[in-house]
This record gives sequence, C-alpha cells and structure tokens, in this order.
Amino acid sequence: MSDMLKKKLSPVQQEYQDFAKQREPQRPVLRNVIWAFFVGGTICLFGQLIQDFFLWNFDFTEKTAGNPAVAILILLSVLATAFGVYDHLAQHAGAGTAVPVTGFANSIASAALEHRSEGFVLGVGGNMFKLAGSVIVFGVVAAFVVALIKILLGGT
Amino acid sequence: MEIYFWAFVVGGLICVIGQLLMDVGKLTPAHTMSALVVAGAVLGGLGWYQPLSDFAGAGATVPITSFGNALVRGAMQEAQQTGVVGILTGIFEVTSAGISAAIIFGFLSSLVFRPRG
Repeated sequence: MSDMLKKKLSPVQQEYQDFAKQREPQRPVLRNVIWAFFVGGTICLFGQLIQDFFLWNFDFTEKTAGNPAVAILILLSVLATAFGVYDHLAQHAGAGTAVPVTGFANSIASAALEHRSEGFVLGVGGNMFKLAGSVIVFGVVAAFVVALIKILLGGT
Repeated sequence: MEIYFWAFVVGGLICVIGQLLMDVGKLTPAHTMSALVVAGAVLGGLGWYQPLSDFAGAGATVPITSFGNALVRGAMQEAQQTGVVGILTGIFEVTSAGISAAIIFGFLSSLVFRPRG
C-alpha cells in the first residue's frame, strides 16, 4: 500500500492495515528466486536449442534464426497452456515462466480460452490482450520515445 | 557449447530480476512485465542489449526484455532509411513473428480447447 493512499484512511483503518500486514504470510523469496532461475534458465536453454536447430538445418542466419525459434516456443507454450500444464508450472516458477516470451503467449492463450464462453468476437477477440496488452503498450511507447531521442541526438 | 551455459545463466538471471520485482518490490506480474519491457527498450537504445544477446544468445532473446529491444531495433532500422516516419512503420518489424504467432496460436487454441482449472 502506498503512502499516499494511507493518508486518506482513518486511524482505525490504518491500525487494521498494519495488523493485516503483520498477518500476511511471508513470501518465500529465496525459494521463488531459485525456482525462477532454474525454470527461466531452462526455457532460454531450450530456446537456444531450437534456434541452433533452425540455424543448422535450414537456411537461416544467426540473426534470423531467432524468429522461428520464438514462434516454436510460443506454439509450445500455447499448447502447454491449453493442456493446463503451463499454469501448473507457473504456480511454482513465478517469474521463471512469466518473463520468457512463453509467458507472454501463455497470458494471451489463457485469456482467449477463459473468455471463450462469451463468444469469439466479444470474448476471445476482446479479451485476448487483457494481460499482454500492457506489455505491448508500454513496450511500444518506450521504444517510440527511445528511438525518437536517438534520432534527435543524431545517433543511429 | 558455451552459449548454452550462458543462455541458461543469463536467461535465469533476468527471470530472477523479475521475481525480485514481484516479491521484494511487490509489483503485480503485469507491472513487472511492463517494467522489464521498458528496461529492454532503454537498454536497446543505449546499445547494450545487442552485446548481451551476442554473448548469451537465447538467454537474452527469449525473455520479454528482448521485446522492448526488438521494438527499438525495428524502429531504428526503418528510421535510418525513411526518416522519423520510419519509427511508426518499423516499430513492429522485428517483433512481428512473436506477436502474430501469439495471436494466431492463441486464437486457434480457443477454437479447439476448453479452459481447464
């Protein structure tokens, strides 16, 4: 809870907030970090294997082999989401499954599946980017500002 | 073979940063992802992301930070050829594969599968 929000509360409410904070279960930070490291690292290692597979077996350069590799990772992640495996893993791995591009695909696929009952246009189409949207919005805005600054400074 | 080791370690460490933002910084997952994407865009603008991905391969290109970097890279590539408008036309150039694949596969999965608890 931010300090600004805290000021608006009455003393009794503040007291309750402090009480609730004491009762909040401690997050097992170390355990979470270790899980995130190994699961995230494994997904990236797997991505490297796919990338090298495309590099060696097809006509890709080191720069372009990333694209099919990412597409394959996304396909696998969507399948894992559809079978309910990805979210099961995500319960332990936290950021380890959320930070790789597979987590981006997972958030799109799970939103699409979840809202399917509301119809394809309003449900699937409208909610697909519910979670992933903020990543795209902030990524694009940040990239626009960064690119604009670089151009204005004359650097390329 | 070394690239596999560094892909694992660097990819793992980026996820650890994300986990710390969530656990210690108390950010929601959406805030964490957004922060990492912005960080990737800034690092890309500074020119520091490319050396990292040369060094760590998929360890740098698979985490969501590379999405921010790739947006900047696409925008700059196009802007060098067509000027400032190139930022708008080129921004999705590099990331197209990731976004299209996620939309298409996500939609197809909603046609075929039912949600699971």
